Amino acid sequence: MAVYILKRFGLALLVALTVSFISFSLLFMAGDPAVAIAGENATSEDIALVNARYGFDRPMIVQYGDWLGSAVTGDLGRSWYFDMSVTELIADRLTVTMKLGLFAITLALAVAIPLGVAAAANPNSIIDRFALFLSVVGQAIPSFWFGLILIVIFSIKMRLLPASGNETWQHFVLPTVVLGYYATPAIMRLTRAGMMEVLSSDYIRTARAKGLRTRKVMFKHALRNAIIPVVSLAAVQMGFMLGGSIVVETVFALHGAGYLAWESIARNDLPTMQALILIFSTFYILFTFLADVLNAWLDPRLRVG
Amino acid sequence: MTLKNLMTGTALSLLAAAPAFADKADDTLRVAFTKELESVDTYYNSAREGILFTRGVWDALLFRDPISGEISGNLATEWTWIDDVTVEFKLREGVTFHNGEVFNADDVVHTVNFVTNPENGVKVMTNVSWMKSAEKVDDNTVRIILNAPFPPAEEYLASVVVMYPDEYYAEVGPTGMNTNPVGTGPYKVDKVEAGKLYELSLNENYHDSPKGKGKIGKIEVKTIPDMNTQVAELFNGGLDFLWNVPADQAEKLAEMDDRFDVVNAQAMRIGYITMDAQGAVDPDGPMTKKAVRQAIYHAIDRQAIVDALVKGSSEIVNAGCAPIQFGCDLTVKSYDYDPEKAKALLAEAGYPDGFEIDFYAYRDRPYAEALMGFLNAVGIKTNFNYLQYAALREKRTKDEVPISFQTWGSYSLPDVSAITGEFFTGGELDDAHDPEIIEWVKEAGSITDRARREELYSKAHAKIAEEAYWVPLWTYNVNYVLSKELDYTPTDDEVIRFADFAWK
Repeated sequence: MAVYILKRFGLALLVALTVSFISFSLLFMAGDPAVAIAGENATSEDIALVNARYGFDRPMIVQYGDWLGSAVTGDLGRSWYFDMSVTELIADRLTVTMKLGLFAITLALAVAIPLGVAAAANPNSIIDRFALFLSVVGQAIPSFWFGLILIVIFSIKMRLLPASGNETWQHFVLPTVVLGYYATPAIMRLTRAGMMEVLSSDYIRTARAKGLRTRKVMFKHALRNAIIPVVSLAAVQMGFMLGGSIVVETVFALHGAGYLAWESIARNDLPTMQALILIFSTFYILFTFLADVLNAWLDPRLRVG
Repeated sequence: MTLKNLMTGTALSLLAAAPAFADKADDTLRVAFTKELESVDTYYNSAREGILFTRGVWDALLFRDPISGEISGNLATEWTWIDDVTVEFKLREGVTFHNGEVFNADDVVHTVNFVTNPENGVKVMTNVSWMKSAEKVDDNTVRIILNAPFPPAEEYLASVVVMYPDEYYAEVGPTGMNTNPVGTGPYKVDKVEAGKLYELSLNENYHDSPKGKGKIGKIEVKTIPDMNTQVAELFNGGLDFLWNVPADQAEKLAEMDDRFDVVNAQAMRIGYITMDAQGAVDPDGPMTKKAVRQAIYHAIDRQAIVDALVKGSSEIVNAGCAPIQFGCDLTVKSYDYDPEKAKALLAEAGYPDGFEIDFYAYRDRPYAEALMGFLNAVGIKTNFNYLQYAALREKRTKDEVPISFQTWGSYSLPDVSAITGEFFTGGELDDAHDPEIIEWVKEAGSITDRARREELYSKAHAKIAEEAYWVPLWTYNVNYVLSKELDYTPTDDEVIRFADFAWK
């Protein structure tokens, strides 16, 4: 198990390094950072001055090496846009995005898994049809529209929840629903499919024949086996949520890392972008790793490295 | 974006009348920015949001009345031009900064000398680089020395060159000024959360300034990137004032005129098409031929685009400048919408079947598409390249852009040197490189004789029109939405003045 973990860790490091290099090169080629920093109203002289100050005229590999050298010592540099250290800039925004992501995936799992189990247990029933309908609708509705509709209903008409900001837990309710519903269909369908396959297998028939109660059959025996692909999917979805929460953060003005990432690309704020990509990819690798470990616990057959 | 707005329209129309919160009750004006402001320190940001902040929190030596254009003293009470490059100011006495520091000549000297030093990396250097230094004469008298005669000096001294407290700024620098801004302005800053939130409160000790004292106790500015969410907050009572609202949403809000006031005003920004007349992209290209450029001008029905898309108080312009800018001569030759004439001119130039060209733009995609539609109709096949501003600008300096749809806001400076001086003096964004025009515009930018300047700019604009180096399009407009409790009249320069807001 230790070798397994070590190998995984080494691989993760390599992935993170490759990702950071690729993103740096892409950002570098995407446009003149001096213009992005100096702003739209800047004249040619202003831009030349910015070029000189930030050292943009150095070769790309030199600039990358510079960044990497500082990053490994924990110094993620200063934002080219905001006058503050990247760590300071990212800190509280990342917390918002993490909170949102965690709430959203929890909601998605809390809704999708029971629904998938119920649908599989009663194929072609109303529950099953409803679950499938939900999955189609869930993937078809654009999240920004859904967010706005929720704002109209719950914030403006019913005055139950706030429309924007991130100060209290109430501010996270609508964004969680909007972000979470997107992950629900895939998880639900995978659960349903996995359960249906498992429920028709021999050992389940044996368990039923032994007289075990339905709930025990469903959850202790069937779900435990059906859930493995779902765990992996959930890890991937969690990764998406970290990176893909941009729309939700924009609509609800949450000031999260997703929105910051989006804007940093537009502003050519390289240090911030690099730091965020590094952090997102690290989390993504971490979640995948945790999913592997969880699966190995669920199914001992998977513990072979 | 249009589809998105359609959906929003559906959402909006589902609303029943809901009571608005009375922000008048807690004397707080709530405003939103769509853009995150990078730094509150006025010399370290280049966005319009920064301009708003600046006018509220800091003061300049002079003041320009937005309606009459007259210049009067703000932090200075008198000023005299000793010669073309030296101006002496008598400073107002009894003015204090928000932190208690007394305003005097030391502040002017420190501020000017700090910002003009290129090592300090002020963001929009051209706002200050025309000054050389400042010298103290006595505690309440100071001189500013220019590098060369600079006609719009007083405009700049009345707007972008604001005064910082020397002791505080020397101690904390731009980083400190960004976290804890201190000025002399009508509002002082209570709280700054970089990029997210600003809280201002009334400066009770504000001096007797032409800006006038603020009438609202507190101002809260939040960043809400999505305009639809801003509208939602407007309905909720979470916001009292929206600006830069897109035309179609403003129209819908205007229909709810029992709850909101929608005001439209012009901005100094203009739209225009620039073409590679000098042949840097392609020495034999169609853009180098005057007949082709004139054809393009004739091919576009500018009024139709303004009526259908830009709307509001926008008007078409026949020269590349905003009507309220000094030196803007709109009496030059104009080309009316005549697609047949356009085709004839193209044939004359050797393109009877039109030609293919790469067309670039960085904003207002629907307008760009409309423009291209008109060109397509006369046989000019356009390949659309829609890029970010920074990317497009880089391509232009690399001489890869034969024709593009551009805009320029002139940083709200009411002098044509801020636009014609930027694009027709042989710089890297000058697509014409016309030696006569360069000479005229450069001269006009270096003398102070108003009559002579006007004459030179007229000549320049007349030739630009004759050669059709640009196709000047329209002025932009801005929609402001106010809650019924709010009293505010916007000006034609897209500068929002916090001191002018009041409750009804």
